[in-house]
Amino acid sequence: MAKDGELIMKFGKLFSFRGGLNLAKYQHEPADTTIGITGIPERLIFPLQQHIGEPAEPVVNVGDKVLKGQLIAQATGPISAPVHASSSGTITAISDYPVPHASGLKASCIELHTDGCDQWIADRKIIGNTYKQLSPIELGEHIHQAGIVGMGGAGFPTNIKLNAGQQNAVDTLIINGAECEPWVSCDDMLMRERPAEIIIGAQIMMHALHARRCIIAIEDNKPAACSSLKNTINSLKPQADSNNNPGTLEIIEVPTIYPTGGEKQLIKILTNKEIANKELPQNSGIICHNVATATAVYRAIFCAEPLISRLITITGDIPHSQNREVLIGTPAGDLIEMGGGQRSALKQIIMGGPMMGIALQSDETPVIKTTFCLIGQTRKSTLVDITNKNILPCIRCGACADVCPAQLLPQQLYWYARARDFKKIKDYSLSDCIECGFCDYVCPSNIPLVQYYRYAKAEIFSLEKEKQKSDIARTRHEFHLSRLQREKEERAARHKQKINKLAARRPAIDSPAIDSPAMDSPEQKKSPPHTAINTAQNNKNIETP
Amino acid sequence: MILNTPGSPHIHAKTSVTAIMLNVVLALIPAIVAYVWFFGWGILVHMFIAAATALLTEAFVLYLRKKPIAPALLDGSALVTAILIAFCIPPLAPWWISLTGTAFAIVIAKHLYGGLGYNPFNPAMVGYAMLLISFPREMTAWLSPGTIEQLSLNLAETFTTIFSDAPIPDAVTMASPLDTVKTELARGQSISGLPQETLSGMFAGKGWEWCNMAFLLGGAYLLYKKIIHWHIPVAVLASLVMFSALFYMIDNEHYLSPLIHIFSGATMICAFFIATDPVTASTTPKGRLIYGAGIGILIYIIRTWGGYPDAVAFAVLLMNIAVPTIDHYTKPRVFGK
Ligand code: SF4
Ligand code: SF4
Repeated sequence: MAKDGELIMKFGKLFSFRGGLNLAKYQHEPADTTIGITGIPERLIFPLQQHIGEPAEPVVNVGDKVLKGQLIAQATGPISAPVHASSSGTITAISDYPVPHASGLKASCIELHTDGCDQWIADRKIIGNTYKQLSPIELGEHIHQAGIVGMGGAGFPTNIKLNAGQQNAVDTLIINGAECEPWVSCDDMLMRERPAEIIIGAQIMMHALHARRCIIAIEDNKPAACSSLKNTINSLKPQADSNNNPGTLEIIEVPTIYPTGGEKQLIKILTNKEIANKELPQNSGIICHNVATATAVYRAIFCAEPLISRLITITGDIPHSQNREVLIGTPAGDLIEMGGGQRSALKQIIMGGPMMGIALQSDETPVIKTTFCLIGQTRKSTLVDITNKNILPCIRCGACADVCPAQLLPQQLYWYARARDFKKIKDYSLSDCIECGFCDYVCPSNIPLVQYYRYAKAEIFSLEKEKQKSDIARTRHEFHLSRLQREKEERAARHKQKINKLAARRPAIDSPAIDSPAMDSPEQKKSPPHTAINTAQNNKNIETP
Repeated sequence: MILNTPGSPHIHAKTSVTAIMLNVVLALIPAIVAYVWFFGWGILVHMFIAAATALLTEAFVLYLRKKPIAPALLDGSALVTAILIAFCIPPLAPWWISLTGTAFAIVIAKHLYGGLGYNPFNPAMVGYAMLLISFPREMTAWLSPGTIEQLSLNLAETFTTIFSDAPIPDAVTMASPLDTVKTELARGQSISGLPQETLSGMFAGKGWEWCNMAFLLGGAYLLYKKIIHWHIPVAVLASLVMFSALFYMIDNEHYLSPLIHIFSGATMICAFFIATDPVTASTTPKGRLIYGAGIGILIYIIRTWGGYPDAVAFAVLLMNIAVPTIDHYTKPRVFGK
């Protein structure tokens, strides 16, 4: 066993997950094995929402001069992340621009025209190794201020996933170095070129989480990344001091089966724990962060650099596909051009991988914190256009079910989605579908399955909303009815009181003797209609909830 | 600049229904060779008639239904149905047998239900069952393996025999081994008292055992190519073996051995090519096991106690009915639940 503070590597027993695909290595993975540097684009666009949660709120105005690393939008609410300028220049607009979102809607962004000086803000406070003296909360706050979010694609604010350790004892930190999509190699590149940043970043995270152990998971087809990390761990070993790094650090190679890079699949492989959809791994004592997020944490703590750039695979029909360090906010079209692609010839740009990526509306759409890949297409051949293929009926071959990582029955989901049988489709757990697209990929009938699921999910969502609305309307209506009822009763009661008063007055004039209790019943007999109404109303009163 | 925005995924595997169907046809080649070897050219003639009928009726029905014709013809499913029907037809049966069987399968069993993917019953088996019920004499007149050598019909002569109305002499036709066993047992014979030639060959009837092994080979190819799942064939064969072994151990004079059961009649073509028809089979892993086991058990029951010598068609059709129920109760466990 490892002594406290010692960094060890060991290869644990692995488990497997059902489904998935061994997607052969594609020619589109960049051959260039260096990190390309991109220049400063003329224009940077910063969507206010690059993360899960509340959008950030601008703290600059049009015309303001900003410096590199300066806060331009602050976090709002408990789950949110600030945005920083990735280069120096002038704010030219705060308005709606195309953003990378499947809905294709525009969203609020800050536009910055760069001045080319790339001048940093002045007062950068480097924390460095003193982070070990910080409490997890303080550390989380620094990470939050640096605008770091999950860079593997999810975009969940990282500080929240680091403070989860406060309520849920997190035992294992997993650093995810398995690409979750084919064609993408930016994480591989990061592990090869910047292993120290990843490892120190991981140590900072372990400190924040009080995690006992940390696993760095790498796909087994990436030996270079694996050995570079191993060497780094060995060379860092003497520096690791025993008091503050009580946990162990392991590198584990995992099989290259998509989607191993998916958080839940990776956790299943490493720990054999299955985390259900919409459940949080921290409840099982596990936290998973991407390798890129680890480097961002390192840079925030050791370089006082907020999250303003990242590594992206730029590929597709471009002469020079490469992994590049890109400023957040750079328009996608600029990057395709830098790779030698012709902007005017572009037919589509996919942001993200070929399986789950979003086709961008416009070449002006910027790279955001969660972007890990851009695929530019000028020819027809790179990406399959399913609309040109023959779509045949489902032959129930089950190929889709074999590859579904959520272990659903895509063929049945499709059947019920077509039939608009939304009750049945819920029975078949449509909500657990992660839209990974594997079923679609293997379907011999070329059925665009995922599109059916999206459609069905949207329908169910709007139906549920409608139901909520009608529920509200019904409660309102019931409330209205009961109010009418109450008013009616009150009126009747007042009326009765009046009559009673009148009646009480009359006998007093006619004969005072009637005041005695014995005479009450004949008095009531005199006014049977009121009594009847009252009783009826009383009964109703009981009925109304 | 406005770009195309198709939904994800943006890549697709190189698979197609046509490729699957062609692989199935490829996997049937060993069996075709075996049939030709033991029963003469008849199967090829019937395959030709059935295939032509299938493609023509399919095109015609699609035309009536105002559906695009080319993609459906190219998917190859009609061709596979035709070939499977041809395997079930005695080699020298008259031409109109395969014609009516195939036309019935395509029009009634496939397109009346909505075409490929919507048919609850296996079209080939519907066609075969119809023939078996309507033309029992023609459908049970198998050639005894070897007589073909005596007849020594070449392809052209086979062709004319099938297309002429003259009945083939009774002397050369013979019931299949399973059929004979059934008749003899019904007459109070015991298995050891059966006529010698019934179960000649190595273990399960001359010719038939080789045909079954050819199907097994083709099935292995389909498994290797991942075109079929292992569940159904394994379940069919395992349940058939278990049941026949049980009764064989109790009384081997009146019940056939498991070996004969799995290598005789249509067992292997059923296990690998008919029961595995994805459209009409159960589509969940557990469901496939139940479905296959059901077929195996029904085959045994009908062969042993039913009115027909072989039982594949009825076993498959009966289990087809159960598929929606099986699927409903065998949903796999969702990840993390
Ligand atoms: S892969 Fe396509 S054809 Fe096969 S069962 Fe799934 S949806 Fe149907
Ligand atoms: S898209 Fe949904 S149904 Fe299809 S494989 Fe992925 S999780 Fe399964």
